[in-house]
Amino acid sequence: MAAISRDDVAHLARLSRIEMSDAELDHMASELGVILGAVARVQEVATDDIPPTSHAIPLHNVFREDVVKPSLTPEESLSGAPATDGPRFKVPQILGEAE
Amino acid sequence: MTHIYSTAAQMSAALAAKEVSSVDLTKEHLARIAQVDTDVHAFLYVDKEGALAQAEAADKLRAAGGAISPLAGVPLALKDVLAQKGIPTTCGSKMLENWRPPYDSTVVTKLKAAGVVILGKTNMDEFAMGSSTENSAYGPTHNPWDLDRIPGGSGGGSAAALAAFEAPLAIGTDTGGSIRQPAAVTGTVGVKPTYGGVSRYGLVAFSSSLDQAGPCARTVLDTALLHEVIAGYDERDSTSINQAVPDVVAAAKRQEVKGMKIGVVKELGGDGFQAGVSQRFQEALEILVANGAEIVEVSCPNFEYALAAYYLIAPSEASSNLARFDSMRYGIRVGDDGTVGAEEVMRATRHLGFGPEVKRRIILGTYALSSGYYDAYYGSAQKVRTLIKRDYEKAFESVDVLVSPTCPTTAFKIGEKSDDPLAMYLNDIATIPVNMAGIGGMSLPCGLAPEDNLPVGFQIMSPVMQDDRMYRVGGTLEAALVSKWGQPLLSAETKLAVK
Repeated sequence: MAAISRDDVAHLARLSRIEMSDAELDHMASELGVILGAVARVQEVATDDIPPTSHAIPLHNVFREDVVKPSLTPEESLSGAPATDGPRFKVPQILGEAE
Repeated sequence: MTHIYSTAAQMSAALAAKEVSSVDLTKEHLARIAQVDTDVHAFLYVDKEGALAQAEAADKLRAAGGAISPLAGVPLALKDVLAQKGIPTTCGSKMLENWRPPYDSTVVTKLKAAGVVILGKTNMDEFAMGSSTENSAYGPTHNPWDLDRIPGGSGGGSAAALAAFEAPLAIGTDTGGSIRQPAAVTGTVGVKPTYGGVSRYGLVAFSSSLDQAGPCARTVLDTALLHEVIAGYDERDSTSINQAVPDVVAAAKRQEVKGMKIGVVKELGGDGFQAGVSQRFQEALEILVANGAEIVEVSCPNFEYALAAYYLIAPSEASSNLARFDSMRYGIRVGDDGTVGAEEVMRATRHLGFGPEVKRRIILGTYALSSGYYDAYYGSAQKVRTLIKRDYEKAFESVDVLVSPTCPTTAFKIGEKSDDPLAMYLNDIATIPVNMAGIGGMSLPCGLAPEDNLPVGFQIMSPVMQDDRMYRVGGTLEAALVSKWGQPLLSAETKLAVK
């Protein structure tokens, strides 16, 4: 079980927005097959009567008053940007792409 | 006379007695880094000017006679996964090469408020994914005991800096053992506090439900002193626990375990554990018995599924967390020549910016969260998490703490497991259950394995927000071991691979 094809990996890589070479896809497919075979063990004990735990410490939503506090200046917010245009992040075209 | 071989507590006392200034203490450590770090490569960035400025400020504060924290003026090494304003924070990744955060993480804010001197940023597996520091985009860190061996991971840089006497204190983060396993293989002490005990604000997220920052040092007391500085409620972290921090410093000083019940986890030992690791672990148990503790064997039958569940949960959370590295607002950007769209730029950036292990985990996590596979993988892993939690709850009904060897083996050779992800993952077999349940875990040295003369780690686990218990047991065991050996495992006399 847990066989994973090269096409499966290519699909996952697309979903993850990671470009991969043919060699990377082949390598990843064989590695993932082995890893999935090992981690699939969780299914042996995960019966219907067990509730899932997403978080070890029980937590409730934490609220606070909506009060304005000091935060980063526009200059600080933009300080790590790969490209800027005035007080804005400059990004590549996001609409009208081929796909 | 140099102070680098002293403990942080001793440095603190020397500073208080004005035997040494923080500036001189900091210079001694900077000189040590210059002397050995070409070989060890514990640091990715040394902030010489910043450290000296912080040291000068600590000296001035002391001279003014004001209230001062016990660790004021004592130097520290910071894992490169925590944001420090204006200082490069790379997470060992090309993705964040040259990124300088515009803010401080809460851990850094607390360190600065206490007057701790931050020497620089330490090497790590990329985005904290790994057990050897070989996954750093900036080259591996070498174990000061044997430069051909790994210093553990992901916090190998912090642990190696301590073992090589480049710093007396360090900060690590622990998602599946990244504080405790490096501590074990370098002969140092590391603590993963209760989840929520130390703020995650400004800690670059890998697996948010498991990540926890914690203190590292060469002694249990030094670790406790640092724990006290960085722990506590933070309104900027929605998972921060709003309770008083357990008195870990008093617990570390207590040095007695009479009447304590200590559970040995049957499933975390025996087959697959190196003979010398098991031997040193057994000897440590005998010491605890001689000090009045009662040892009982405890079974946690679901721990054998912990590794499998972890390698579904952590990659799933990582695949979501690392989606933020999209080359738009910070980090590197690749291929933006004006002719291609944002998605293509993202793909090219993530292709170049992430290393193989990070890609492996993002793809694995994306798979485990895909519709059609979600219930079978991620859903089942979350159920296993419930079972592990229940195993701990049951065990802690009858014992005060649980113990095991921290790792199945001593430090392995660099390159030995880098082509076999599954073999690499097995290093974490004894440390992962702690993160799954959110409880506290400590590793402290219990000797050198006879077959290879490399450090062995002893792990102590304590219930949620009872972190003081592991310090009490650890402090007692450490004192007995040091008295047996005649000196600490790491001292000026220790024969390290760096002089």
